[in-house]
Amino acid sequence: MTTKQFGERVKRYEDNRLIRGEGRYTDDVARDGLDAYSAAVVRSPHAHARITNIDVTDALEVPGLVAIYTYDDLTGPLAGPLPLLIPHPSILSGVTQYALAKDEVNYVGEAIAFVIGTDRYSAEDAAEKIEVSYEYLNPVVGIPAARAAVDLVHQSAPGNIGAHFEQQVGDVDGALATAPHTLSFKHTIERSACTPMEGRAVHARWDAVDHSLRVYTSTQASTSVRAAIAAKLALDLSQVEVIAPDVGGGFGVKIVHPWPEELLTPMAAIALGRPVKYTEDRREHFIAAAHERAQEHEITVGYDDNGRILALDVRIWHDHGAYMPYGVIVPIITSTQLLGPYKPGAYRCIFDSLYTNTVIVTPYRGAGRPQGVFAMERTMDRIADDLGLDRTVVRAANFIQPDEFPYDHGLIFQDGRPLIYDSGDYPQLLSMLKGMVDWDSFDQRRRDAAAQGQLIGLGIGCYVEGTGVGPYEGGHVQVETNGKVKVSTGLTSQGQGHQTAFAQIVADELGVPIEMVEVTTGDTRRFPYAVGTFASRAAVMSGNAIALAARVVRAKAIKISAEAMEAAPEDLEIVDGFVRVKGSPDQSMALQTVAVLSNPLRYAFDEATKAATQFGGQNDPDKPPIADDEEPGLEGRDYYSPIRSTFAAGMHAAIVQIDAATSEISILKYAVVHDCGNVINPMIVEGQIHGGVAQGVGGALYERMAYDEYGQLQNASFMDFLMPYATEIPTIEAEHLQTPSPLNPLGIKGAGEAGVIPVSAAIASAIEDALDIRIAAMPISPSELHDLRIAAAADSHLRTKRFITENENTKGDPS
Amino acid sequence: MTDPEVRYDITLNINGTPYEISVPARRLLSDAIRHDLGMTGTHVGCEHGVCGACTVLVDDRPMRSCLMFAVSAEGLSIKTIEGLAGADGSLHPVQQAFRDCHALQCGFCTPGFMMTIAAGIVDNPAPDADQAREMISGNLCRCTGYQNIQAAVLRAAQLASTAVPR
Repeated sequence: MTTKQFGERVKRYEDNRLIRGEGRYTDDVARDGLDAYSAAVVRSPHAHARITNIDVTDALEVPGLVAIYTYDDLTGPLAGPLPLLIPHPSILSGVTQYALAKDEVNYVGEAIAFVIGTDRYSAEDAAEKIEVSYEYLNPVVGIPAARAAVDLVHQSAPGNIGAHFEQQVGDVDGALATAPHTLSFKHTIERSACTPMEGRAVHARWDAVDHSLRVYTSTQASTSVRAAIAAKLALDLSQVEVIAPDVGGGFGVKIVHPWPEELLTPMAAIALGRPVKYTEDRREHFIAAAHERAQEHEITVGYDDNGRILALDVRIWHDHGAYMPYGVIVPIITSTQLLGPYKPGAYRCIFDSLYTNTVIVTPYRGAGRPQGVFAMERTMDRIADDLGLDRTVVRAANFIQPDEFPYDHGLIFQDGRPLIYDSGDYPQLLSMLKGMVDWDSFDQRRRDAAAQGQLIGLGIGCYVEGTGVGPYEGGHVQVETNGKVKVSTGLTSQGQGHQTAFAQIVADELGVPIEMVEVTTGDTRRFPYAVGTFASRAAVMSGNAIALAARVVRAKAIKISAEAMEAAPEDLEIVDGFVRVKGSPDQSMALQTVAVLSNPLRYAFDEATKAATQFGGQNDPDKPPIADDEEPGLEGRDYYSPIRSTFAAGMHAAIVQIDAATSEISILKYAVVHDCGNVINPMIVEGQIHGGVAQGVGGALYERMAYDEYGQLQNASFMDFLMPYATEIPTIEAEHLQTPSPLNPLGIKGAGEAGVIPVSAAIASAIEDALDIRIAAMPISPSELHDLRIAAAADSHLRTKRFITENENTKGDPS
Repeated sequence: MTDPEVRYDITLNINGTPYEISVPARRLLSDAIRHDLGMTGTHVGCEHGVCGACTVLVDDRPMRSCLMFAVSAEGLSIKTIEGLAGADGSLHPVQQAFRDCHALQCGFCTPGFMMTIAAGIVDNPAPDADQAREMISGNLCRCTGYQNIQAAVLRAAQLASTAVPR
């Protein structure tokens, strides 16, 4: 009997090459200086300036220089601005950059000249000698400056407003006016970034014989890069193939495309008739890729005595950087996913998406959700504090209940579809989480510790994540005549273990040993139709598409073997790679033999294929060898296109300790409960959660892009940008709940982003619990927390109501 | 035209094999390994010695190959990820442990971690959990959250002690 693979902790098939140093990342495709020319980019050192001259004279003397391109060298569609990838009606002024700056630069790091050398060293030598003259303009840095709009980033965007959007459900003003209690407060969240260990990289080679272009790029969307390259370089789509080989992490930044370098590298390869590569360095990744997270929130909430939210009014200012190639996806997600597992009586969210003279902002794992969850969870804690209720009681009072699914929020989600949750069990998740951290006894533990001078606190963060957004993905499954099962899907992989998880699905659906299954992702030669890997969608979208494709192959195998074995199709099953008669396993036919028979041949190419030739086996002389509705080959292709997203959920709890003297924050315990529907591979899902939580801890305590007032990024290196090492990450305990999605055949929901989403909220909640000081901004460093503690000692507005109440009581206490 | 760079003929001893190459003085060891020699298992994550992705063993000690010039490595014995498995292809205990413990996702930082740990468990053949965490505390990983890498250190030490009876 074939062992069921779905749901098992199958070790990864991609590991064998990666642990041997045999992975193939984009920079590995060609040896720098030997197999390909190499590119370097002249980047703007100024946040906002007009380019008055570019003088390349000195660069021409540099040994190894091959070519220099500036804006004036761009022709045809490449001379136009880069695409605005996701248009939206809220966008008032959607400005995107040029592949090379035209007249003006709007952030430090913007590409001005593309320099090709025989290797990266010579390209950098030449880039250094290019003199660019500027007329300086006032930079706009940070949300307050953007909102004040004393200076404008783009004259075409008055008020620095790129987009303005409002969504409302119910009568917010009316409900606020009559609510028994109301509170208003503000939150700030700073910039961080994906910072995958491998930065961006592109390799292009032009085949002058057959006039075709092959591009390897470290991307999350190879099919879309292909379309963009074809459009921008005025090639036919069929002339371009794009491959995402091994990709060293993405986390969102590599969904942006086409990067200037993704167009300029193939442009140069075609012009020079030589392979050209571009591999960015770490500083370039900081100043010329993308960031996320920066938002300010103003929240007003009205609620009753039980903490039930009657109205929630949220105003968001979102910093999208110098250009908005990815549209308004991040603030839309913030404004919709802010609702989490809750059902406020009325809800209004208004956001402005603002231009600043800083690096572009595009989705980073979580994609606006960490900010939204921070806003909502801080709100829950405020209400609990105000009413003197347990924080979980207030949350539970607002939960959507298990019998209320599908639950329609009455809003439009990021995929343009109604925000309708498909399934979930939030009370059960909360119950599991409370058990993991002994929630109900913690308050006593906290008080006991405080009596000993130990400052500890417990925090909670709950979220719902729309995953598996459309429009579609596809899968192709083929049984070769050697018995191997080749699977391909168009979306890409950046470490999620797709080669293993998708093989698990095919092994079960087709009935073959998993060792026989080989999965290829992100290669447009193998599967040209795809959307990409983002929004925790790969398992949901391609997993289901591949399952459907495997079912097509299974049906075809049964049909062919039924004829060959003279058995009824319903009497056949496929087990361990053999089609066999149920109950009589000795009557069987190997799938590879079925593959041979599936392709009627004139010419045998080996012993096995003789059976498929015209004189080689049985056939019906009255029927065509291929029936009208059939195709040769034991292969199948299918697509999965959901009506809307499926909604995963989870809750985190953190126990922190604050050093009374230094305000250093330590995480003593970190607990996760998570529901992503049916789990394909728990080992992989837990790995995703661990990694997500680690990024969340970075965002809560360490990571911030430190721009100065001039728009210079002060910490553009791993030395200065504090990405957590092993010593900063706590042991993460995770438990799963599996509430299947009714929307897809496998009942799965996405899991990729989950871990990061509620971490800032949970840690803020824990710090607030430990210190009784309100935490309204993230990340928070020990020195900021220390300043906050000093300020709170003099200003009770910074304190929780619990602290004020208890200290009043203490004053009256004679002891 | 400015004068082309002076090149130096050097011999790099990598994984027990001598390789003769001609490089400018400024050629980084990481670039020489990856590009002059085409051994792309050693990865470059930051080029300023912070992330540890490029870690190789130089005379059995972990070294950031992006912080060393190729010309400085002449006469030294260098081991890269390609030389970690046995000649018969059998996995080194660290490699086996990484697969067993799901200690890698995208795999980009992985060779640097594995070289660091390979040296680390020679120094300390029986690390406890804290020592395991300390052993990997100079390498950055953005995928795993380190928990499974820490477990892999312990697993690798265990496998190594069974593989080589002391």
